[in-house]
Amino acid sequence: KHTIFINNEWHDSANGRKFEVYNPATGEKICEVEEGDKEDIDKAVKAARTAFQLGSPWRTMDASERGRLLNKLADLIERDRLLLATMESIDGGKLFSSSYLMDLGACIKTLRYCAGWADKIHGRTIPMDGNFFTFTRHEPIGVCGQIIPWNFPLVMFIWKIAPALCCGNTVVVKPAEQTPLTAIYMGCLIKEAGFPPGVVNIVPGYGPTAGSAISHHMDIDKVAFTGSTEVGKLIKEAAGRSNLKRVTLELGGKSPNIIFADADLDSAVEFAHIGLFYHQGQCCIAGSRIFVEEPIYEEFVRRSVERAKKNVLGNPLLPGVHQGPQVDKEQFHKILELIESGKKEGAKLECGGGPWGNKGYFIQPTVFSNVTDDMRIAKEEIFGPVQQIMKFKTVDEVIRRANNTPYGLAAAVFTKDIDKALTFASALQAGTVWVNCYSALSAQCPFGGFKMSGNGREMGEYGLHEYTEVKTVTIKIPEKNS
Amino acid sequence: RRGLRILAPQLLCNGRDASASRFCLVLAPGLERLSQMSFFLLQIFINNEWHDAVSKKTFSSINPATGEVICQVAEGDKADVDKAVSAAKAAFQLGSPWRRMDASHRGKLLNCLADLIERDRAYLAALETLDNGKPYSIAYSVDLDMTIKCLRYFAGWADKCHGKTIPIDGDFFCYTRHEPVGICGQIIPWNFPLLMQAWKIGPALATGNVIVMKVAEQTPLSALYVASLIKEAGFPAGVVNIVPGYGPSAGAAISSHMQVDKVAFTGSTEVGHLIQKAAAESNLKKVTLELGGKSPNIILSDADMDWAVEQSHFALFFNQGQCCCAGSRTYVQEDIYHEFVERSVERAKARVVGNPFDFKTEQGPQVDEEQFKKILGYISIGKREGAKLLCGGNPAADRGYFIQPTIFGDVQDNMTIATEEIFGPVMQILKFKTVEEVIERANDSKYGLAAAIFTKDIDKANYVSQALRAGTVWINCYDVFGAQAPFGGYKESGNGRELGEYGLEAYTEVKTVTIKIPQKNS
Repeated sequence: KHTIFINNEWHDSANGRKFEVYNPATGEKICEVEEGDKEDIDKAVKAARTAFQLGSPWRTMDASERGRLLNKLADLIERDRLLLATMESIDGGKLFSSSYLMDLGACIKTLRYCAGWADKIHGRTIPMDGNFFTFTRHEPIGVCGQIIPWNFPLVMFIWKIAPALCCGNTVVVKPAEQTPLTAIYMGCLIKEAGFPPGVVNIVPGYGPTAGSAISHHMDIDKVAFTGSTEVGKLIKEAAGRSNLKRVTLELGGKSPNIIFADADLDSAVEFAHIGLFYHQGQCCIAGSRIFVEEPIYEEFVRRSVERAKKNVLGNPLLPGVHQGPQVDKEQFHKILELIESGKKEGAKLECGGGPWGNKGYFIQPTVFSNVTDDMRIAKEEIFGPVQQIMKFKTVDEVIRRANNTPYGLAAAVFTKDIDKALTFASALQAGTVWVNCYSALSAQCPFGGFKMSGNGREMGEYGLHEYTEVKTVTIKIPEKNS
Repeated sequence: RRGLRILAPQLLCNGRDASASRFCLVLAPGLERLSQMSFFLLQIFINNEWHDAVSKKTFSSINPATGEVICQVAEGDKADVDKAVSAAKAAFQLGSPWRRMDASHRGKLLNCLADLIERDRAYLAALETLDNGKPYSIAYSVDLDMTIKCLRYFAGWADKCHGKTIPIDGDFFCYTRHEPVGICGQIIPWNFPLLMQAWKIGPALATGNVIVMKVAEQTPLSALYVASLIKEAGFPAGVVNIVPGYGPSAGAAISSHMQVDKVAFTGSTEVGHLIQKAAAESNLKKVTLELGGKSPNIILSDADMDWAVEQSHFALFFNQGQCCCAGSRTYVQEDIYHEFVERSVERAKARVVGNPFDFKTEQGPQVDEEQFKKILGYISIGKREGAKLLCGGNPAADRGYFIQPTIFGDVQDNMTIATEEIFGPVMQILKFKTVEEVIERANDSKYGLAAAIFTKDIDKANYVSQALRAGTVWINCYDVFGAQAPFGGYKESGNGRELGEYGLEAYTEVKTVTIKIPQKNS
């Protein structure tokens, strides 16, 4: 009930509408949630703007105190870890073990990391020409709209609010309509932690309505979006059409994972497997084009298929289950369609290739070999448990093929050769390049895309730049001395 | 439980009036906690264990409010320092738990330590007051507050120490690693025992170093209690080692130790010279020093008078005058000189000197007999050299080391009380005419720790703050500190900066790594 969080209070939607939230493991309804639309976004923006006024509690708060509040929020998440992990699992079809260990672990660490930055955001004093004293202030941008995806609902929520709040901004968050529950619960914890009213506002709703209201809003200073490249383009257009709000985007990928013959084969197979199949393939960084050097290609395919067949599908809450359902019907059908295209276009189906079970949105772990670069499954982001394995001969060839994509989110190379490793580190057009590993992420490291995988970086010190507006102040002085 | 039995009766006996019973109410939860807490022994802390001195010797820790012995503490010397350095060295080995720990986890441990200090805040404040003499209300609300904030600040830096990747000429991949320096000797003073301990361990541990710390012989108790919290927080054995003892024995052993990579010292300029010499004569260990000061506090005639008087009073008298950055040369512009002096004397006369556990007390005793005699000596010299004694000038009680708030007027730059650091509740007020003149006089000192200017004029504020040769310049305020802001001295007030991001540099050793690659691309 009253699941819109504005000014530390709970509201119903202005138009009275609600939407349903489903458990993708069963297809059954979990509950109803208030459906926020433009009017609710307007209310939230007003609250966020008021909380950002000069002289407000949030604007006059010590930076170290902002850090303390973020740490307190981390404490509360730690306290309610079990509840949040369970909610995340049921809402998103995520394995409970992953939710509890990985998702919740990442949330806590990210909050603590950003908490530590709050009072370490330094402007500069600058030796300008002339009799002037010049310094920069690193100010918060203002009211930030943040649109969150459904694949890592809580982690993505924290990746957005933590750096924004650390830098002193106020936020209006729209969680994904598929997975709003943990974001709504965070409203309770944010209030309990002691954030002033209006600093964080949470409006569940749909993209074309609530999300669009954010990206078009004339009083939102910045929008941050994680989701598909298709929608990312709409957001950037809307920003241009409205008030030129600052835009950061974390979009899709078709990340190349390059395996050389001198790689540790067992390790490469395992990393490549997890790199694709983690969370049912629903990762922007999924290593969905695996380039294997010719001499080891057959062996690699054989071991990968054997590995994929080991995966146990089932209720994500139960131990011993390795793969849960896809998040909803739409994704389910999209993935099956792409699998069919793979078969039609001549890729070799090594295992899987269809749905699993008689309820929920489960798809069998699927491996295609003999994939060529022109196939749809080699070009389009599938976002499902479908692994593509292709063959290559030379270094120059695979660099060219790996970079031949409008995406550029991540990439990996497996080799023991130091020269090859460093060559690929330079040559690959991707925001993150892994060497002899995959999916290694941590709050200290900047993350983001080249090309159409996005604009800007999240996490690390770099992530703060996106939530900071630099003001130069120049004061005339009687006489400048060095 | 040696520590608890000695201290508990002392704490309960200190004062019998209403405010003391309020204190007991505040402390009661702390005392209750004593029975649950990890106990600490008044010994040497090495490898997360407690040891007697190799020599079995002990020394007395004295309560400066009464002159009475609080308890005996193990007296560390060279042999104990050697043991501590060995433990630190083992904890720093490549592959050790400390070296392999995630940087973020180091931060977590520091935050945990801050949590524990917060938990035991009342007890630590009481211990600090008992050992040092500073008013309890200030120990609790200022010393403990700043200590906790300092540790949390550095906890946040732990996983944010970035090296660089560097576009070097040629086909090379070049980057820097910011590594810990190694075994850090840290010698801390008696004026802010807990806070100085936090200022030292915060940056050192955030950056992954190991520590051998010598605490001041006048005030070892709170730091030793924190040792038990360091163990409770989960720091691996050998990462922090604490040796109570004397300067010429334990301190000298640290500064001349061939295996200590760096020494950090806060204390007098006189001893700072000795430490730097010892470092040079032994293994050229890196040295940072926070030494004395004779900080100028400049009041222009357009200053807000009430505020300037109150801040100047605070600038000198805070912590019984025992601050390295005390504003001990108060330069007042001619036109407002007489009024300023009159109001300052009125304020000093109103200063409440008494039992530090009494909440009404603003000023407790000086830390020990040596300081007490030294300060009275300076007062005597001041009179002899012709400064005008306007108030105070004598001991304030029959027992303990209390001195009356004292003000000298008409002080000249060449007087002893205007050039030497007194470190007591003795204020010097001097007259000046022009801004240019006072800048020259303010800078005419071997010291350069801090300075301040009180004025409403933006041009004067900018000009004077630019001109003063001091590590910290305050404008329209004094003694404003934050863990975020670097602090340290020009000239003989020290080398290096503590706190802020700058504070990490002294605890970091930069390694450049250059790798040949087939072809460099931008």
